[in-house]
Amino acid sequence: MRGIDIRNSEQEVYQFRMRIGIAGAAVLIAFGLLAVRFLYLQVWQHDVYQAKAEDNRISIVPVTPNRGLIVDRNGVVIARNYSGYTLEIFPRRVRNLERLIDELAELVEIQPRDRVRFRKLLQETRNAESLPIRNRLSDEEVARFVVNRYRFEGVELRARLFRQYPFGDVGSHVLGYLGRVTTQDQQYFEEEGTSANYRGTDFIGKSGVEASYEAELHGTTGFEQVEIDAGGRGIRTLSRTPALPGNDVTLTLDMRLQQVAEIAIGDRRGALVAIDPSDGGILALVSKPGFDPNLFVDGIDPQYWAELNTNIDKPLNNRAISGMYPPGSTFKPFMALAALEMGKRTPRSAISDPGFFDFGGRRFRDDKKGGHGVVDLYKSIVESCDTYYYQLANDMGIEAIAHSLAPFGFGARTGIDLAGEQVGVLPSPEWKLKRFKRPDMQKWYPGETISIGIGQGYNSYTPIQLAQAMSVLVNGGTVYKPRLLTRINNTRTGDLREVAPEVIRKIKLKRDNVEFIKRSMVGVIKEGTGGRAFNGATYAAGGKTGTAQVIAIKQNEKYEEAKVAERHRDHSLFIAFAPVDSPRIALAIIVENGGFGARAAAPVARTVLDYFMLGKVPAGMDQPTPEDASIDEEEEGD
Amino acid sequence: MELAGVPVRRIGERIVEGIDPTLLVLILTISMLGLAALYSASIDTPSRVMAQVMNLCVALAAMWLVAQVPPQTMMRFAIPAYVVGVAFLVAVALFGDVANGARRWLHVGVTRFQPSEMMKLALPLMLAWYFHKHETTLRLHNFFIASLLLIVPLGLIARQPDLGTAALVGAAGFYVIFFAGLSWKVLGTLFGLGLAALPIGWGFLHGYQRKRVLTLLDPTTDPLGAGYHIIQSTIAVGSGGLWGKGWLNGTQAHLEFIPERHTDFIFAVFSEEFGLIGNTVLLILYFLLIGRGLYIAANAATVFARLLAGAISLMFFTYAFVNMGMVSGILPVVGVPLPFLSYGGTALLTLFIGAGVLMSVHRYRKLVQT
Repeated sequence: MRGIDIRNSEQEVYQFRMRIGIAGAAVLIAFGLLAVRFLYLQVWQHDVYQAKAEDNRISIVPVTPNRGLIVDRNGVVIARNYSGYTLEIFPRRVRNLERLIDELAELVEIQPRDRVRFRKLLQETRNAESLPIRNRLSDEEVARFVVNRYRFEGVELRARLFRQYPFGDVGSHVLGYLGRVTTQDQQYFEEEGTSANYRGTDFIGKSGVEASYEAELHGTTGFEQVEIDAGGRGIRTLSRTPALPGNDVTLTLDMRLQQVAEIAIGDRRGALVAIDPSDGGILALVSKPGFDPNLFVDGIDPQYWAELNTNIDKPLNNRAISGMYPPGSTFKPFMALAALEMGKRTPRSAISDPGFFDFGGRRFRDDKKGGHGVVDLYKSIVESCDTYYYQLANDMGIEAIAHSLAPFGFGARTGIDLAGEQVGVLPSPEWKLKRFKRPDMQKWYPGETISIGIGQGYNSYTPIQLAQAMSVLVNGGTVYKPRLLTRINNTRTGDLREVAPEVIRKIKLKRDNVEFIKRSMVGVIKEGTGGRAFNGATYAAGGKTGTAQVIAIKQNEKYEEAKVAERHRDHSLFIAFAPVDSPRIALAIIVENGGFGARAAAPVARTVLDYFMLGKVPAGMDQPTPEDASIDEEEEGD
Repeated sequence: MELAGVPVRRIGERIVEGIDPTLLVLILTISMLGLAALYSASIDTPSRVMAQVMNLCVALAAMWLVAQVPPQTMMRFAIPAYVVGVAFLVAVALFGDVANGARRWLHVGVTRFQPSEMMKLALPLMLAWYFHKHETTLRLHNFFIASLLLIVPLGLIARQPDLGTAALVGAAGFYVIFFAGLSWKVLGTLFGLGLAALPIGWGFLHGYQRKRVLTLLDPTTDPLGAGYHIIQSTIAVGSGGLWGKGWLNGTQAHLEFIPERHTDFIFAVFSEEFGLIGNTVLLILYFLLIGRGLYIAANAATVFARLLAGAISLMFFTYAFVNMGMVSGILPVVGVPLPFLSYGGTALLTLFIGAGVLMSVHRYRKLVQT
């Protein structure tokens, strides 16, 4: 028994040692496998991983350039920057965002709207490194956070320049606003090849001059090579290419005039465009209601944004360039000039006005019952006689009207350096052919020509087209491209780039004819329809009233019943220029649903011209200093 | 010289008695490399190095103590250790603390510990004892019972869930069964069945465990989540190159790209700073350590001793292989420390006790045939 046991045991020991040997071999193979893996990683693929480690270690941090200033023609700063602190969260480094924000709220004020905005940003921008939870912290809040910084992993305080518009909502449609860079913007940058220059830039111009001259204002992004740790915190800077600030942009705008014009229009809906007839520079461009671009600079509050978008008055619409209105009687001086140029009328040709004009079995009525009596061309403008222009339109024919007025810029984009300009409608048979699909609608009926003469019918122009036409008329036929930009100033090199006026075309007009129309328009404010508004004016100016019927409601808006009546009222228009000899300003005004041109729009022109000609400041504009002066300003550093 | 009547020389002899110098030198060398890597990995918390030195001292003492215990005496602890271990595991399942979604910790008085850690030694101890007991009458059904002894704690640990420890404990148990002589036929069959059962086992895995396996296959699918560990540690290893970036110069480590760099991922730090040369040295040291263990097992006196020694040696191997494989991106991420390098007292204690057992087995190799 024992012998068997021992032998058995020996056999067992042998078997065991066999397996020990096998185990040893297995260990060797396994370690060999590891060794091969190490060889692969550390020798064969070393370069790849070396590069990856460097990529990890070194981060290219963009240095955002300071945005250029926007100043008006007198050097008044209308858009600038000030530095403020923002509290930013790096979502990837935070486990529980809600709790973190709750804890932050104990130190700095975080309102529900801040949370809403943050959440919205979080959804919209998937790849953002950091997102702001609070902007423009007070000094006290900054101090409180700094003391407690250690408690907040993934939260950082950043000094940033904020855009500031010292005049608030004045000139909002000219300046436009800034908005967060969106995915579409980024795609655009990719296509343009400018995406590198926009790394680190959170906001870009979305409308107005801020958008038109984004490329000038933005500047060149600098770069820092920073060694970073896994948390993205910079350890030390390895190299640095400084950012180059954006160029300052000087506008043709006269900010004080703009202010006066906005006060003159007040809370009504409307638009005003004032152009310098000698070079096409925009002196004022108003669209009311406006908005406060300051509310956009740190990411607009969704609620305010919704309000702006759903507001029945469409405050974001730039009525001055995209609102289309029938010109009403403001059309008459241009009709009259065309008639003179064509020889269809002379200053002396007169008609006897019965108060209506019959055509094709239809009676076109004049405003004045019983008519204006004997009306010559001068009187037709001064008293705004409709009958005269019914006849004239009929005599000229639609083709000739369209042909004569197109050069003034009617029914075509003026080319102003703002986005969103509308074309308008200068009616003509060709236009109708293109506009309508049904053959019976495409035909031009002679009866349709009649009301074209008094600026009604299919006539539809933007306020800037009216102002442009006024400007062309008074400067004797030179069509300048309207523009806001006059100078670009590279603050770093001191280079100044003047933007020369651009002549689109010159219309051959007889000097006598032009002078006659101007004289007639002076008559309007001296003895005619604009007389009351310009009672006692000590300067020589010309103008023309206009009243545009609101035939149908254009946009698909839901109207509250109480408002319907008000919104069906006629639009009130006025075009004007001053002084009479070598005019320095030509303007067009529309006050929506303001009634007769003489009642609403003419007084606005009076206020504006009083300021422009005499420096007379209207009531409500006693403080010449910009508002919001309480904010500590820090003009751009370098 | 005498101390309390005993010559100092005798005391010295008594202290070194039973200590295998080969094992000791290997272990201490590896531990010193570990301290160097740990110093680099925790440059911002130097106290950690001191804590690890303390851990080492405690573990060394435990090793010395265990080395004094003859294997025969150890056999007596087999059943109690196993029973207590399983009881603790049951207790964990019932009242354990939950950390990171897994129930692993058990409170005992003021301290808390992971009973699964204890099972790493208790299980091979138990199985070795069992095979020793049935040495002469070993039949297939004994292997079956041994497997049951293995599966019970394994199941409890896997359910916590702690796949890393389960794998280690399971491996330790398997090594005993393997060394006990389970026939190749059965082994082959089991292996085949295991492969067939893989898809079923997949269904039992937790979401995060599946993710780890999937991430291993393609870490780039989730570079900031589950793939982050693998990507960053692989970059650390690869960027180390042949010679390494030099001690304290690892950018991956010092800029904190490597997660858990002082514990499970310390090898990434080591590898980045010492390169292929360092890795090779470490592999050789481990191989020598394991080889010495296997040698001791081969010369052990009893079935119990050799099974235990063999299993412990291969346990060292499993730790080292799984950890280095994980860090270099060829094995999924499981919570397995690198033996003698990773920071942490518990793992160190287990490892040194294991070494103590090996020393004891070696010391009593000649006391054969009771």
